[in-house]
Amino acid sequence: MKKFINNVDDFLKESLSGFGKAHSDIIKVNFEPNFISRKTKTKEGKVSLISGGGSGHEPMHGGFVGHGMLDAACPGFVFSAPTPDQMQAAAEHVDSGAGVLFIVKNYSGDIMNFQMGAEMYSGKNDSIITNDDVAVEDSTFTTGRRGVAATVLVEKIVGSLAENGGSLEECKKLGEKVNKNSGTMGVAFSSCTVPAAGKPTFDIGNDEMEFGVGIHGEPGRKREKIQPSKKIVNNMLEAILDDLKLQKNEKTLLFINGMGGTPLTELYLVYDDACEILKSKGIEITRSLVGNYCTSLEMQGASVTLLKCDEEILKNWDAPVHTAAMRWGM
Amino acid sequence: MITETKGYMSVSFLISQAKNIQIVIDENAAEIEALDQNIGDGDHIFNVQRGLKLVVELENDIKNLPLQKSLNMIAMKVLSGIGGSSGALFGTFFMSMAKTPDLDRNIDFNKACEMVIKGINAMKERGKADVGEKTMMDVLIPVSEKLNELKSSNVDMKEGLSEIIKIAEDRMLSTKDMLATKGRASFLGERAKGHIDPGARSSQLIIDTICKSLINK
Repeated sequence: MKKFINNVDDFLKESLSGFGKAHSDIIKVNFEPNFISRKTKTKEGKVSLISGGGSGHEPMHGGFVGHGMLDAACPGFVFSAPTPDQMQAAAEHVDSGAGVLFIVKNYSGDIMNFQMGAEMYSGKNDSIITNDDVAVEDSTFTTGRRGVAATVLVEKIVGSLAENGGSLEECKKLGEKVNKNSGTMGVAFSSCTVPAAGKPTFDIGNDEMEFGVGIHGEPGRKREKIQPSKKIVNNMLEAILDDLKLQKNEKTLLFINGMGGTPLTELYLVYDDACEILKSKGIEITRSLVGNYCTSLEMQGASVTLLKCDEEILKNWDAPVHTAAMRWGM
Repeated sequence: MITETKGYMSVSFLISQAKNIQIVIDENAAEIEALDQNIGDGDHIFNVQRGLKLVVELENDIKNLPLQKSLNMIAMKVLSGIGGSSGALFGTFFMSMAKTPDLDRNIDFNKACEMVIKGINAMKERGKADVGEKTMMDVLIPVSEKLNELKSSNVDMKEGLSEIIKIAEDRMLSTKDMLATKGRASFLGERAKGHIDPGARSSQLIIDTICKSLINK
């Protein structure tokens, strides 16, 4: 394992400490229990948004704390869900009385820990669960689809509504709409190494890719030989379009997300391929996002997310945001 | 069941079991990690090891406390120190055990069974997983059912514990051919088949260790 590490046990603490110092104008890192909050207090009457999950997906979620997005983020150990006391402490710290909305990715560990945190928190609160990953079959009897890159879009769009006075119920409703309107498909070319493990999570051949990979290096739909980008992107989009049932001329946001080890050069090439394919199908792209937002440590790969947009979604997407990882309009 | 009125489930019992389990888990760490890398993401063994270390380190803080208070402290330690699914599930286990009535009296074997059954039921509730879903519950639920049966029977305790060791092992092995419907392995579909669930393996090792130490008492 080659990584910037002093001591495996201090990995998270030192990384959080650096994050706090680098972005001290926007956020504050609180330790034991660990959570990242905005530097300024939540204004009265504003619903607080709290997300969190295992670390290793940076900038998600700490990089999305700030004006127009989250009020707090709870980082767990690398790829392990955060613990209920973190969510409780974060909620107590940020809630200004208008309530707390927890944004949780659909992974068993995250769900259980957020549930317990919500039970332990005495203030008004509710939760939304993201499950945009179309690689996994959904069913009421299984864990179901994973919450992956579209969580970024949910946090941005709901964050704007909360900033502009949306109630807890309205925020939850919009978050559920964004989640329902999104579909994501990911592909990995390489594995990633969890510091505590010291070796790659899975083995993959030089000429192979994992189609439908999750954000922890957990395997996806199938193992395939690598193909030209156009072919891969086409297969990804087909899975998403099949799921979202998009109509011709429908407005969409196209989000190309890097897994951490793929350069932006390639992500823009993927964007180009996706534009061409969507154009041929008569689907309109009205907004774009390209970059490493929901990563899996140093994994090579990318995910494509399509979000079906209406006026409410577009208005809140365009609204000002000022976080460590996303900033526009202010 | 013929019960002996010794201090089952005392604080010192819990600590000594945690130490025993720590040794066994460390011995089998590489195997559990490999199982998890086959169908999960490899964090289970670190979570279990971290949790055991935290409980063992609590010894001085809890050794003179009443059982209920100790269990609650263990629960909070496990809950806040582990993370992932294991943290929530094992934390729930201890928290629910602490809610068993009359813990201030001497805990006989039947009472200890009652506590474990209560804890496992709460884990089942929290994880919303049942038997046949390729998780640790495949081991824990049958063990809990057997404890319930033994509790009201006249079977010799040691014989009962040997049966539990066997049940845990059989059920752990049975996860090998299952499809996973809960947890991260569920994303694998057919590919999860042929691999034992790491949570089922660690749970089986824990049960095996406790039962053997009681049999050899």
